[in-house]
Amino acid sequence: MLRAAFPMPAVLGLVLLLHPGQAATITALKSPKLDVPTSDAMFPAGAGSDAINNNCLACHAADHVLNQPSLSREAWQEVVNKMITAYRAPISPDDAKAIVDYLVRTKGTS
Amino acid sequence: MRDDDVQPSGLTRRRVLGGMGVASLALVSSAATAQETVNLHVPGGPSTRMITTSYPQKARMILQRSSPPWLETPFEVFDKGVFTPNDQHYVSWHWANFPGDIDVDSFRLTVRGQVNQPLSLSLKDILQGLPTFDIAAVNQCAGNSRIYAIPRVAGAQWANGSMSNAIWTGVRLKDVLDRAGVKPGAIQVRFGGLDEPVMPGAPKFLKSLTIDHARDGEVMIAFAMNGEQLPLLNGFPLRLVVPGWCGVYWVKMLNDIEVLDQPDTNYWTATSYRVPDTPHNTVKPGETGFKMVPVTRNLPRSFITNIRDGDSVLVAAPTLARGIAFGGDCGVARVDLSIDGGRTWQPTLLGADQGTYGFRQWQTQFTLSVRGSQTLMVRCTSTKNEAQPNFRIWNPAGYLFNTIETTRVVAA
Repeated sequence: MLRAAFPMPAVLGLVLLLHPGQAATITALKSPKLDVPTSDAMFPAGAGSDAINNNCLACHAADHVLNQPSLSREAWQEVVNKMITAYRAPISPDDAKAIVDYLVRTKGTS
Repeated sequence: MRDDDVQPSGLTRRRVLGGMGVASLALVSSAATAQETVNLHVPGGPSTRMITTSYPQKARMILQRSSPPWLETPFEVFDKGVFTPNDQHYVSWHWANFPGDIDVDSFRLTVRGQVNQPLSLSLKDILQGLPTFDIAAVNQCAGNSRIYAIPRVAGAQWANGSMSNAIWTGVRLKDVLDRAGVKPGAIQVRFGGLDEPVMPGAPKFLKSLTIDHARDGEVMIAFAMNGEQLPLLNGFPLRLVVPGWCGVYWVKMLNDIEVLDQPDTNYWTATSYRVPDTPHNTVKPGETGFKMVPVTRNLPRSFITNIRDGDSVLVAAPTLARGIAFGGDCGVARVDLSIDGGRTWQPTLLGADQGTYGFRQWQTQFTLSVRGSQTLMVRCTSTKNEAQPNFRIWNPAGYLFNTIETTRVVAA
């Protein structure tokens, strides 16, 4: 009823662009040999940048952090704690403090 | 940090493949070329992201994280049709340690645990030895739209593009489990892929489904999307497809299926990806004392795709609005448009139904009669009669956002 009750100019019918997905008929797969990019970008230099570079970049690129919003000290502390407890990042207590300080200074609540 | 700060990508290749032509691929440097960016328009920023074409089998993608890759589908792709091209299907990995070269002859999918006959299936066994079927389904990250959380929360800062739709081809998980013979007492099935943690002792990425869900006949072990083998970054050679459920369950590079007779206690199933057990999974910031439950199914959502925030619209003239919707874990019953900030709603015309769990196009015409700023809103109601809420969903991890979308336009 909705369609019948809602007359549309003919041109509108054309803009329901179909980009049809297709069903597969393939019966074999080809081995990929692909290079996946990574990043060698470091954190902007400053107090604590050595600590964050040395402890964080093994698992994820710096843009992971730099694209985050501004967060409170408590929120950044929680993030660093999660990296240590849940994801087993081997970060010393001194480095953890330096990293939180760095994050608050560069990505803290303004 | 300024809102418009852009960090150099510094993308490099993590492997040098001896004797391979791909080793000669140019290194990517934002300093070497004019870098295309996208503005995600998020209050508080950072809003600017680079557009990357550096990832294998991927065209233009929004670079949310270089490694492990978080690549977001640019929003304009969703205006082109209901199926997302494979080379712009979004990408998300938890661990950076996954292979770039996979030998299809030696690859095996293991089925083990509480089964009568453990299996080690080759790709030939799967592609040629079991009935195949197709299903259209949206793969959406539980954290889609997290960047728009108010207040902001930590995590992948996805805009609205950590969702993609495809026609998946594969075999029924049920058929594979039946071939192995599930023992009485099995309660869950756990899935793992070729990706491994970087740090010793860190939790390998695993997810589990209940045995009944695993045997519902819709959960798929997919070997193709949109008629082609899976792109590496979307889980080649096999990925689990859990229609209607969040992408975290769609385990990529699936090579291990374990039938369990005890609840899965691994971190990714038992601890992470949690939302408040409250209506719409929403709480007030700072609120405590609620129970947390796992993210599971998708929720209804809809978007205007042909009009962007800040666009101008002719006053007193019929204007076309068009977009996509999905019902979550069921189909789309209706999509309604409001041009008065949600006071009144008008029905829209739905496009062809191309799969219960997929995107569905909608369109309508509207006329703004007054000059100035106006707000368009679009609301999906699912076939389970579940409508998108008109209040802002918020939870501490920014999951399962499905508030009615608003698009601000200027009538002139």
